[in-house]
Amino acid sequence: MPDDVKLTREFQVVGHRKVRPDGVDKVTGRAKYGADLILPGMLYGKVLRSPHAHAIIKKIDVSKALKLPGVKAIVTRDDFPDQPKSKPPYGPRIADLWDTTRVIMAREKALFEGHPVAAVAATSESIAKQALKLIKVDYQVLPHVIDPIEAMKPDAPILHEDQFTLGVEPAPTKPSNVFRVMKAAKGDTAIGFGEADVVVEREFKTQAVHQGYIEPHACVANASEDGSVDVWMSTQGHFVARNQLAALLGMSVGKIRFISSEIGGGFGGKIPMYGEPLAVRLSQKAHRPVKMVMSRDEVFRATGPTAGATIRIKIGARKDGRITAAEAELFYQAGAFKGAEIAAAIGCMYSQYDLENVSIVGYDIVSNRPRIAAYRAPGVPMAAFGVESVLNEIADKLGIDTVDLRLKNAAKQGTVNVQGLRYGPIGFIEMLERVKEHPHYKAPLGKNQGRGFATGFWMHAGGLSCASINVQDDGTVTLIEGNPDIGGSRASMCAMAAEELGIPYEKVTTLIADTSSLGFTFLTAGSRTTYATGMAVVEATRNAIKVCCERAAAIWGVTAEQVKWEQGFAKPASANVGDFAPLSLSELAKKAPMMGGPIAGHAEINATGQGPAIGAHLVDVEVDPETGFVKPLRFTVFQDVGRAISPDYVEGQMQGGAVQGIGWALNEEYIYNDKGQLVNAGFLDYRIPVASDVPMIDTVMIEEPNPNHPYGVRGVGETPIVPPQAAVANAVENAIGRRLNELPLSPPKILKALSERPVARAAE
Amino acid sequence: MARHHITTTVNGDIREVLVETTQSLLDVLRNELLLTGTKEGCGTGDCGACSVMLDGRLVCSCLVLGVEADGKEIDTIEGMAQGEELHPLQRNFLEHAALQCGICTPGFLIAARALLEKNPSPTETEVRFWLAGNLCRCTGYDKIVRAVMATAKELRETTHA
Repeated sequence: MPDDVKLTREFQVVGHRKVRPDGVDKVTGRAKYGADLILPGMLYGKVLRSPHAHAIIKKIDVSKALKLPGVKAIVTRDDFPDQPKSKPPYGPRIADLWDTTRVIMAREKALFEGHPVAAVAATSESIAKQALKLIKVDYQVLPHVIDPIEAMKPDAPILHEDQFTLGVEPAPTKPSNVFRVMKAAKGDTAIGFGEADVVVEREFKTQAVHQGYIEPHACVANASEDGSVDVWMSTQGHFVARNQLAALLGMSVGKIRFISSEIGGGFGGKIPMYGEPLAVRLSQKAHRPVKMVMSRDEVFRATGPTAGATIRIKIGARKDGRITAAEAELFYQAGAFKGAEIAAAIGCMYSQYDLENVSIVGYDIVSNRPRIAAYRAPGVPMAAFGVESVLNEIADKLGIDTVDLRLKNAAKQGTVNVQGLRYGPIGFIEMLERVKEHPHYKAPLGKNQGRGFATGFWMHAGGLSCASINVQDDGTVTLIEGNPDIGGSRASMCAMAAEELGIPYEKVTTLIADTSSLGFTFLTAGSRTTYATGMAVVEATRNAIKVCCERAAAIWGVTAEQVKWEQGFAKPASANVGDFAPLSLSELAKKAPMMGGPIAGHAEINATGQGPAIGAHLVDVEVDPETGFVKPLRFTVFQDVGRAISPDYVEGQMQGGAVQGIGWALNEEYIYNDKGQLVNAGFLDYRIPVASDVPMIDTVMIEEPNPNHPYGVRGVGETPIVPPQAAVANAVENAIGRRLNELPLSPPKILKALSERPVARAAE
Repeated sequence: MARHHITTTVNGDIREVLVETTQSLLDVLRNELLLTGTKEGCGTGDCGACSVMLDGRLVCSCLVLGVEADGKEIDTIEGMAQGEELHPLQRNFLEHAALQCGICTPGFLIAARALLEKNPSPTETEVRFWLAGNLCRCTGYDKIVRAVMATAKELRETTHA
């Protein structure tokens, strides 16, 4: 539907700041999140988890626990059918049921501390907790490995005896913790480095960090004796969860209905299922509804953080700043099961630049940690941390302004990236120019202060989306779509439908359908919702408008082609059609029941043509030389947002991503003891940024509409977490004259760096 | 398990409830009184999602035992709006888009109201430090701080008018 992207008319609703339709319920406590559903007769489920990072589970004895009064059901590995082993070739994203069934419940081995071993349903939470203590598990503890670089060594403990590294020749004969090696290349980097006047090669390290959504995972399963089951779940994709549950439990899809609760944050971490299959089996065994809510401790120990990584970057450039070659080696944690996000890193890490010679190799490495889950632009921020740090150093070495260096190499329309993707219009050059013009860029800095700059690229997702629109008798409109609203997307859906119909925003209500009431809709992830589901909403609305025009045509005795829809009214398409008074949506809706039935429209699409998005972050920090504490003082986020349907929520995405990136850069990390146990599984010790840690986050939205979306939507949610790590690190380097290549930039690291000699800079 | 009979006033209503010795006030509010507007984010007093007022004092209800609420007055998010009229903080949170997922919002609203009752003219720094006990992972705090500052200004202007 690329017909009206470059609309010159002023939008009436789209692009305006509006109060979200679900807002009142969320400020009054009325909105129901995952843990807020209470059903009659409901039981409480609790999970027993492995205290060992790596152990054979020899025997599980639940007999004592079952006898505890109030315990209604217990499930272990025996309650879940095993799944067939998957076979290569594997796509860029791994979806392996053999793994998934082992993530939700350990089978042969416990592979990380916190791995579920059994689950109990009881009449109260305290009885369920008591019962867990009565379950006897016989473990044979095995040597474990936490660090992925250690896990690659030949004598490392092996997690999966049947895993042989893919992507290397000759095929290995010994099992390995490296699941696969992925490569991508363009041009010839050997030639490129030969042409370079300066080559910088550095190694970077980042730690696993958690998405840190404030709402722990929660669900309620309600199984009926007729074989059907309802699952209430806090999730980023209830349709995906339903299909996965059907496969895991061998049930038919039609017997399962998922209802998505309001979702209290996800950032990718609420894509996987954890407790839901357990709650369903418990409910089937107990014949009562079962609620399962994780504690914060369980969220940290057993749900996906994103990968920590070791990254080697080598970039060569000519004196004028033009990059001649860029290489990277990426060593990413996958957690206990394959699937580190190396493909996304390869596809994005250099992709905002127009480069002739690129070569990237990525390693997907398992170790005794919880399986990673997506986290906002999954896989890219750590690689970007390396790339943008090295570019900062090259700019310094060449004495070129850091933004000018990017301008010299900026991708534009027609640029082809390392994976062969050719870009449509992207606003990168305009954005870099806006950075240079911005007062922040030239503002004076004080003592112990520094400024950092970095950019980031993310490629969005499209995929399956459905929408249905019902025009009610009084002309109000109900819109039904299938993406859990994680940050205000209902407002954008209402806005696009209202804009199409030419009616006030307040007349449209958006509901999130359960999985039985609408066709399959893919995840609220990949910054796809406003793009793909928005496209379905527009198409569904246009189909309803078509019905409106047909009804008007019937009333006027003309053909539907002779009727046009304009600003909320059916009008004759031209003067030749006749002189008819325009018919409003509510007039047509009122007549509809007598004219063949209500007015409705629906759309089922597979959205393609999503665009990439690029962002640039500028940050000032102050470093306390006595404590090593880094305080961000000023932060400006620039992003090509395509078109902002709801500017408030677009800004919110940019601000939230930046602050998550600040936490990643300065504080957050998973810390393990020598037994392979996480020692900071709480918000006190795993410290995410609080209000007093950060400044206001200024935003500059650049709107280069995506020609493939009816309103030019590009997607915005993920790009803002890509640049901040490098931007903050570059600012710290600028403040203290020392380069730190390991995140987080915590006070002890800063103090250690301050005790060393500053680096020489050509620019000074 | 031993249960204790307590009488407490919640949002102006007298409520009697039987609570377990170890049950937190948060658990009592959510699971016994079915007031699920108060949220649990951590259960260890680190996130502030469970903020309520206990006899006029801001507390994390996950760190208070249910039995401690006996004879006391509790104010939760469910009592913040007056009928159909939202509290100015609630209205400003909506107008400033100070929420994305909304799970931390009840806690922020309760904590922010407590701030403005104590200090009608907080500086940005004072707002940030007062709200440092409430975690938000979505917004980066910018719009929350703006909404609180705007409410403070609005309330000052109404009082002076």
